[in-house]
Amino acid sequence: MYYIDLAVAGLSFGCMYAMMAVGLTLVYGLLRILHVAHAAVFALGAYLTVIVANATGSVLLGFVAAMAVTPLFGMAVYRLLYQPLLGYRPDVPMIASVGLLVLMQDAFRIAFGEQGVTFTHNPYAFKIFDLAGVRLNAVQIAIFVAAVVIFAGLHLFTTRTRIGIGWRATVSRPRIAASFGIDAVKVRYLNFAIGSALAAVAGGLIGLLNNLVDPVIGYVVSYKALAIIVLGGLGSVRGTLIASLVLGMVESYGTIFIGSWLNRDAIAFLALIALLMIRPQGFTGARAA
Amino acid sequence: MSAYDISLISVIGLNVILAVSLNMISGFCGQISLGHGAFYGAGAYAAALAMIATASFPLALVCGTAAGAILGIVVGFASLRVRSDFLAITTIGVNFLFTGFVRKQAWLGGEMGISGIPASGLGRTGNLVLILAFAAATVALSLYVGRSWMGFAFRAVSQDEDAAATVGINAGAYKLAAFGIGTALAGLAGGLYAFFTQFITADAFDFILSVMLMAMVVIGGIGSTFGVVVAAVGLTLLPEAIRFVNDYRLLLFGGLLVLVIRLAPGGLAGLTRKLAVLRPAKP
Repeated sequence: MYYIDLAVAGLSFGCMYAMMAVGLTLVYGLLRILHVAHAAVFALGAYLTVIVANATGSVLLGFVAAMAVTPLFGMAVYRLLYQPLLGYRPDVPMIASVGLLVLMQDAFRIAFGEQGVTFTHNPYAFKIFDLAGVRLNAVQIAIFVAAVVIFAGLHLFTTRTRIGIGWRATVSRPRIAASFGIDAVKVRYLNFAIGSALAAVAGGLIGLLNNLVDPVIGYVVSYKALAIIVLGGLGSVRGTLIASLVLGMVESYGTIFIGSWLNRDAIAFLALIALLMIRPQGFTGARAA
Repeated sequence: MSAYDISLISVIGLNVILAVSLNMISGFCGQISLGHGAFYGAGAYAAALAMIATASFPLALVCGTAAGAILGIVVGFASLRVRSDFLAITTIGVNFLFTGFVRKQAWLGGEMGISGIPASGLGRTGNLVLILAFAAATVALSLYVGRSWMGFAFRAVSQDEDAAATVGINAGAYKLAAFGIGTALAGLAGGLYAFFTQFITADAFDFILSVMLMAMVVIGGIGSTFGVVVAAVGLTLLPEAIRFVNDYRLLLFGGLLVLVIRLAPGGLAGLTRKLAVLRPAKP
């Protein structure tokens, strides 16, 4: 049962990575920018969730608040930081993005303290269910459900609605999409809004799972999410989903087998570097690096 | 000079070596590296181990320099496979891999680091003089390289690899050379650091340090040796000079990085020369 427990832990992290990384891969698909500061959005979502949940006593309200505010923040980042830098080499907006992440993390530390914030009322992380010998807590179940709902919803949105189809068209062929009358700038705002809301959900859930939101919550997730979108083939939602689950499992089993000489984050980056060297264009090779 | 002045000036000297050497890789040759801390750390650990094993100070510095350069050339090969923002991600990975590896190795002291590194025998002032001498030599080397044929080739590779190849510049060889020189200097700085503190842990070489070094390069004006020296000195002194800034150091570095890229992508050097070094991409 030990190995199954590891798989459950790996899959729940994988689902969380997927929710976080999908916004990132879509930003890359649209703008060719590695949006490192997406992790700051993730952390912002986690903080909003915990603060509103503690203030109102309702975790659900916390998630609603996080999903309402983070899209505005994501769109502001695009408008104020990335849009003026679109004409430069791709590493220029990326360095600006790293700067924004470092700035936001320190701002969270100053505003909410080094120790982080815990949920005053969080029975979910400690409520254990036993499904045929597999032990799961309520937050892990919520992560699985949220991931399934979000990815199914995203799939329906991008295949069945006009806005979603326009979005996909702009990601794959921006000029042709524009000639069909799709407003590329609106698509970008939509993209940042949806990606940020999903990152906020992932942040809130991980806060619940650990029962702690601290300033470094987004720190390592950010760079891992970049690893995921590279592995998944940039701009590909399906590839991102697969790569997220694979990375979650690699980390989960890797800490058992080679955890004595590398820590969890180093394992993830070892996998990333190895794959980048073998396939610089990612798993699916949709676009050259 | 008080002990505080000596240690502050030593840190400035080390930061100048690190920032100027990163500028050779990222500024001159255009290969963005966000993992300079790993090479610095490799140098520090190699020097510390060599000093404990052989008790020879010059040999320890040579070992530190060599460790930085060897790791740097290995990473340099990565720059032949991936470009631009992907290289930046790879180097971030190298930094996390380095600190993650060191923390788990008992023979490197693990989380506790290596303490009680034997003294260099030069005393605090002697160490300081040595650090400043190497910093001056690094700046001189950077200025020389900038004006040499190699510097010309670096800039050509930085601006357009394919065009550089058509005029007979072996882009791969020059990228490796840039990584080799820059990371050897970082390894040397690591060796000097090991003797300056006589105590090293993985935390001193983490990704945040690499971001701070990149901030110095970008704020100074990427590619400009003098701009980078001014930024390295200024950004090391600022948190010390203004006490309350020290607690908000990362906020300041992150904020400056964002503002400078957003408002003056050429940095200090660009502002003074009115000449943006980061040229807009082709449409």
